Amino acid sequence: MDKAMELIRSFGLPRLIITLFLLALFIIAPFAGINVGASLTDVLGRFGQNAIMVLAMVPMIHSGCGLNFGLPLGIISGLLGATLAIETGIQGPISFFLAILYSTPFALIFGWGYGKLLNRVKGSEMMIATYVGFSSVAFMSIMWLILPYHSPTMVWGYTGQGLRTTISTEGFYYHILRDSLNLRIGSFSISFGEIIFFAVFAFIIWAFLHTKTGTAMTAVGSNPVFARASGINIDKQRTLSVIMSTWLGALGILCYQQGYGFVQLYQGPMYMAMPAVSAILIGGASVNKANITNVIIGTILYQGIVSMTPSVMNSLIHTDMSEVLRIIVSNGMILYALTRKSGASR
Amino acid sequence: MRKEITNKDVRNFLANNIVPIIFIVLCAVCIPIAGYSGEYLVDQIITRIVRNSFLVLSLLIPIMAGMGLNFGMTLGAMAGQIGLIFVTSWNVVSIPGLLLAAIIATPIAILLGWFCGKMLNMAKGREMITSYMISFFMNGVYQLIVLYGMGAVIPIHSNQVILPRGYGVRNTVDLLNVRKSIDNFWSIRIFADENGTGGLTIPVLTFILIAILCVIIIWFRKTKIGQDMRAVGQDMEVAREAGIKVERTRILAIIISTVFAAYGMIIYLSNMGTLNTYNSHSQIGMFSIAALLVGGASVSRASIKNVFLGIILFHLMFILTPQAGRNLIGQAQIGEFFRVFVSYGVITLSLVLYEIRTRREKAESAKTLAIGQKEAEA
Repeated sequence: MDKAMELIRSFGLPRLIITLFLLALFIIAPFAGINVGASLTDVLGRFGQNAIMVLAMVPMIHSGCGLNFGLPLGIISGLLGATLAIETGIQGPISFFLAILYSTPFALIFGWGYGKLLNRVKGSEMMIATYVGFSSVAFMSIMWLILPYHSPTMVWGYTGQGLRTTISTEGFYYHILRDSLNLRIGSFSISFGEIIFFAVFAFIIWAFLHTKTGTAMTAVGSNPVFARASGINIDKQRTLSVIMSTWLGALGILCYQQGYGFVQLYQGPMYMAMPAVSAILIGGASVNKANITNVIIGTILYQGIVSMTPSVMNSLIHTDMSEVLRIIVSNGMILYALTRKSGASR
Repeated sequence: MRKEITNKDVRNFLANNIVPIIFIVLCAVCIPIAGYSGEYLVDQIITRIVRNSFLVLSLLIPIMAGMGLNFGMTLGAMAGQIGLIFVTSWNVVSIPGLLLAAIIATPIAILLGWFCGKMLNMAKGREMITSYMISFFMNGVYQLIVLYGMGAVIPIHSNQVILPRGYGVRNTVDLLNVRKSIDNFWSIRIFADENGTGGLTIPVLTFILIAILCVIIIWFRKTKIGQDMRAVGQDMEVAREAGIKVERTRILAIIISTVFAAYGMIIYLSNMGTLNTYNSHSQIGMFSIAALLVGGASVSRASIKNVFLGIILFHLMFILTPQAGRNLIGQAQIGEFFRVFVSYGVITLSLVLYEIRTRREKAESAKTLAIGQKEAEA
């Protein structure tokens, strides 16, 4: 009994409840007349779409900067890359690589500045990160209106000025990863393109965290005094981690767009940090500890609930409470992580 | 020597008041561009003060207790909205309606405040982000209750309030019954011309209510519990050793703030006349905090002066920018995005400046301590 309790404690009660809830959804699903294969496909697709944005949380948690509520800044770099790539008019798979290429310098510059800023506000990074994200989204809303874009697929038709709120990636990099290396079994299909794409970056981050620089970064996060004593430049490590997180955020949104099919501008990225933050926390990370496994488990659980609850609920009680449930579960999870004793040292 | 000191003083003054200064400059630039008449602007500002000051004042007490900006004031706003929803569905009109709404909102606000305080005690040192997430979390619970519970579980049957499907509250609820009832109860008109048109309307009763709250806050600072809160805000450990129940004091600070926010929301909405069931509360949280910061408050220090200066400057900017944007670039949309950016930007800037200042002060005190030690050794 004690052993079972210990196991539950190490797994975390909220995580256990969420896992059981998701399992229950999958068990109920066939009886509610839902195609399990299609649902699994949906969950995996959402996993491929969102996993890199969740991965973007890892470097900053490692260096002790806390949860990256400033993810919208990375997303904006991605949006700049995406719009610039579409502006060139080059179609097909190349546009995806162009988008990554164009977004990289923005991500590096924004991440560098953002990292410098966070170094000056040690101890309350998360609050300030949240508002850095919000302000940058609001600032870019003005920019999307006045930047001189011309491509007819992106600009408002009747004024010829200012970008549309949503831009289709159709013809450019729509489903560029989703449709590659696709395995189909009945109603179930799995896209290895997306999964391999994620796996590559997950592996790079994992390998990086085991290099000398990566270990130094972890040391900064877990024990800054010790890190300083062993001659590690704390501010440099933290800035590096923020740049990595920002760049992964840019990459993440591009990956999201290819699956979702649209580039969302203006207020679109405002709250995009919350699902990513709560996914990694559901996966077992805390404010100052995270690894790749947390990312994978967390994204599957979070996206599983988000995609399964509406369909099951709709067919059972004919009301869609899923959006409200999503708000409660994801923010409740963040709240749980913030109020836990283990993280209170920071 | 003398000149150096004044230079330093000027720099300190600029550094400590940079946010209000930016806003004064911004407003000064926008007033001629927008081209509104002075009378219109003053009238608008009076309306905004009437609407918002109670809400912004509710933020002062947690700051006193060292808990930072209480993003959880949204919880109080939700309680106030629930009170108003009930009153509207029961068709209670005018001031009795508002009083009843306040009576319904009070226990809800106390409960929510207690919950919020408990949570914040578990997250000492990061109260702000936690209270912010609490407001998000409770927003979900609020939606669950209002969108699915009301009409289905909680008996509300008014057609004006409930959606045609039979449960859930409408997106916008018309508060005609209580609209401006405090403001119109006793209002005087000044500077009107012979026909009785134009001029400014001053809602005296609302101003009296706001003044009473200001007096309460000033008085509260001097009471035993107010002193305790300030001690807790200064240093939690010292306060604990002095025999103050730190946790209890902190919870109390949040409860008081939440209850005031609930009353503030009722006043705000009765002035507006319509309730945006699913937006009003989260919007008001951001605007109130931004307004307080614009007035020159910081995370650890805020006064009544900051509240009023902040409301005047922030809302002046709010009125001016869309029109200024239209006149300048031909698009009101830019002005609207601009004011959203300014609201968020101001909060970011104040938070960053506060952190940098605190760190500098800490470093300086450490330096003086080191020098003192060296001298003692010598």
